[in-house]
Amino acid sequence: MFAYLVRRLFLMLVTLFGISVVIFLLLRIVPGNIVDILFAAAGYVDPADKANLEKELGIDQPLVVQYWHWISGFLRGDFGYSYVSEKPALQEILPRIPITARLAGLALLFSASIGIPLGVISAVKQGTRLDYALRVVSLSGLSLPSFWLGLLILTASVAMFGQMPIFNPNPQTWLEAFATYAVPAAAVGFRSAALTMRITRSSMLEVLRQDYIRTARAKGASDTAVNYHHALKNAILPVITVIGIEAAFLIGGLIVTETVFNIPGVARFLVEAIRWRDYPIVQNLVMLIAVVVVSANFIVDMLYAVFDPRIRYTD
Amino acid sequence: MRSVWALAAMAALSVLTASTTTLAGEPKQGGILRMYHRDSPANASILEGATYSINVPFMGVFNNLVIYDQHIAQNSPDTLRPELAESWSWSSDNKKLTFKLRQGIKWHDGKPFTSADVKCSFDLLMGKSQQKLRQNPRKAWYSEVNEITTSGDFEVSFDLKRPQPSLLAMLASGYTPVYPCHVSPADMRTHPIGTGPFKFVEFKANESIKLTRNPDYWKKGLPYLDGIEYTIIPNRSTAILAFVAGKFDMTFPTHITIPLLKDLKSQAPNATCVVEPTNVSTNIIVNSTSAPFDNIDIRRAVALALDRKAFIDILFEGQADIGGTMLPPPQGIWGMPKDKLETIPGYGRDVNANREQAKKLMQKAGYGPDKHLAVKVSTRNLAEYRDPAVILIDQLKSIYIDGELDVVETANWFPKVARKDYMLGLNLTGNSVDDPDQSFYENYSCGSERNYTNYCNKEIEKLFDVQSQETDTSKRKPLVWEIDKKLQEDVARPIIFHARAGTCWQPHVKGVTIMSNSSYNGFRYEDVWLDK
Repeated sequence: MFAYLVRRLFLMLVTLFGISVVIFLLLRIVPGNIVDILFAAAGYVDPADKANLEKELGIDQPLVVQYWHWISGFLRGDFGYSYVSEKPALQEILPRIPITARLAGLALLFSASIGIPLGVISAVKQGTRLDYALRVVSLSGLSLPSFWLGLLILTASVAMFGQMPIFNPNPQTWLEAFATYAVPAAAVGFRSAALTMRITRSSMLEVLRQDYIRTARAKGASDTAVNYHHALKNAILPVITVIGIEAAFLIGGLIVTETVFNIPGVARFLVEAIRWRDYPIVQNLVMLIAVVVVSANFIVDMLYAVFDPRIRYTD
Repeated sequence: MRSVWALAAMAALSVLTASTTTLAGEPKQGGILRMYHRDSPANASILEGATYSINVPFMGVFNNLVIYDQHIAQNSPDTLRPELAESWSWSSDNKKLTFKLRQGIKWHDGKPFTSADVKCSFDLLMGKSQQKLRQNPRKAWYSEVNEITTSGDFEVSFDLKRPQPSLLAMLASGYTPVYPCHVSPADMRTHPIGTGPFKFVEFKANESIKLTRNPDYWKKGLPYLDGIEYTIIPNRSTAILAFVAGKFDMTFPTHITIPLLKDLKSQAPNATCVVEPTNVSTNIIVNSTSAPFDNIDIRRAVALALDRKAFIDILFEGQADIGGTMLPPPQGIWGMPKDKLETIPGYGRDVNANREQAKKLMQKAGYGPDKHLAVKVSTRNLAEYRDPAVILIDQLKSIYIDGELDVVETANWFPKVARKDYMLGLNLTGNSVDDPDQSFYENYSCGSERNYTNYCNKEIEKLFDVQSQETDTSKRKPLVWEIDKKLQEDVARPIIFHARAGTCWQPHVKGVTIMSNSSYNGFRYEDVWLDK
């Protein structure tokens, strides 16, 4: 077990090193840097001023030196300063993480709480009008881009209620706080709910045809007991896998949703930082995300090994 | 006795009526003005910026020596008002401009304002101080200033190499606040300290900018507002919807395009909206250093091919202006009159006749129906650049030029232009002050950093100096028109149109004036108030 742990840990460190190099190089391959952008905004280029600024920010140094400065700082917890705001990068990143985390959590909750029950109903009522209606809803969820849906929700809210559900940084009650996140979470979670619904439906249909379900019915189990106790319990595994994968893909949808609903989360911040070529923000933020994802995988690998002894012996 | 009472009652009633009338129109103290901001500015330092994204939120933090009257839409020499200066005077040879400064003014951190601060600010701008601005886009404005001298704490003089009456205009721009000596340029980028009506509270990138009332403002009783809060909303649809829903008192100034204005007015019919020129011209930059545009005939053909009215009809539903380098009248002070403008090749009303001339020039250069000239039309990847570039490409087809759109990311635009890695470019040029000195020297003088095409005509440059030294506006105007005409005839940077844009505010917002010949100078907001 110890050797397995060491192997996995080594693999994790190699992966993180590789990711750090890729992040670093990709940012440098993209044409232009913060100094180019600042001078583009000013509408002129003074070569002397430009050189001074590049020197001040350290982006005139060889790539290896720049990489070493960054990665050694990251390991010490020193994320440097944002090129744009000139504030510590950590101070810029940290307050935005909970906002996006709350939004992502609510979106996943929305996805599961809408997608699973509707998927079960669709499967149980297969071939009925209700099933067709739910399939249309799920198809539309997969087809509608979240930015369009977000704008549609905003426009409808203004036209119908004269209200605008955009981000409120200082909600007075928990209800207001919930409302601040609920609408954008629904907008971004709709696609994910549609996917969950479709997976739940197909998984349920497969399980409902199994012999043990027929046996349960023959033994006089009620429809509710059969559908929810026997069938859903076994059909839910692929659904959980899909929700897990969706969680990782959610960041793409969140960038758009945070922009449309004007939510100052980390996803929109990352895009803005990329636009400004704000290396300290982009490098450290992406690296942080990578550390979280790789660590989660490492923990899952360890748990597999704990629960399934075959893994530690065969791997 | 009864008549006495009746008179008294009438008098009381008239006083009451009068006071009610006065109160209804009288500014009220208090309230936070809520606006959205179109993007997150790079920093809070106006002196280092070259976008009104910085001026709009931060102009209220500062004062200038002089300022354009904030309630007269057209900036002109007649609307200059003293601000930190009590008065100004020119020496008899017009080479020394002296300001008497107000006394008793304090910076937001409590330190006293003196002439040393004025000297520091302009030494910084002229690159003469030990501390340096990280970027100094308007250094050229002060190229005729020899030095700044102080006489005591409350008098400061600008010694000039030659007379330059337009210096006052540049000092009145929103781009020319006075900075404190005791705060470094780096600190001014993150936490600006001024003498203005509003104190800086916080700037959260991509989120918000907050200002609060300066209770010790030197203009007693001002500002009326308790503060101003800008929410940064880069998505224009979201921002406009939020204004319609009443989340904001005012849109970001000149942020509403003409087509969007119609939508906004239909959804918020009570909103007050004004459309004014932005003094931003859309123009063509031609790389005359290499073939085929080193041939003046082909450059002239491009200028002759333009159907300016079509651009304006498509992009602005007819609401934009045709002019030369200077913003055309009536909003522009220095623009050529229409009859003069129409004598310039390409500006005549008969577009077909212009294009026939253009075709002949193209044929002279070896191109025709069977041999088209293939060019790339480069432009920035922003809608206000891309859209006219597409129309330009379409219009160039009529004179045997096949254009291909080359969209360039912002980060790469100026490096590309600077290394002359383009054939034709579609460009926008903003003028912060409606004055020929700012426009001519910045965009057309030999060696200027913003002269992207490297146009250099020594004869014209002499004329720049002649008009610049002329103190009589009525004599200066014809000189300016001649220069502008010559610049268009030389195809130095063909101007396609001057844009207009809209600003809207809710009915309870009072005291807002949108400047009609600059987008950079009208955001002090010290006497804006909320009637609610």
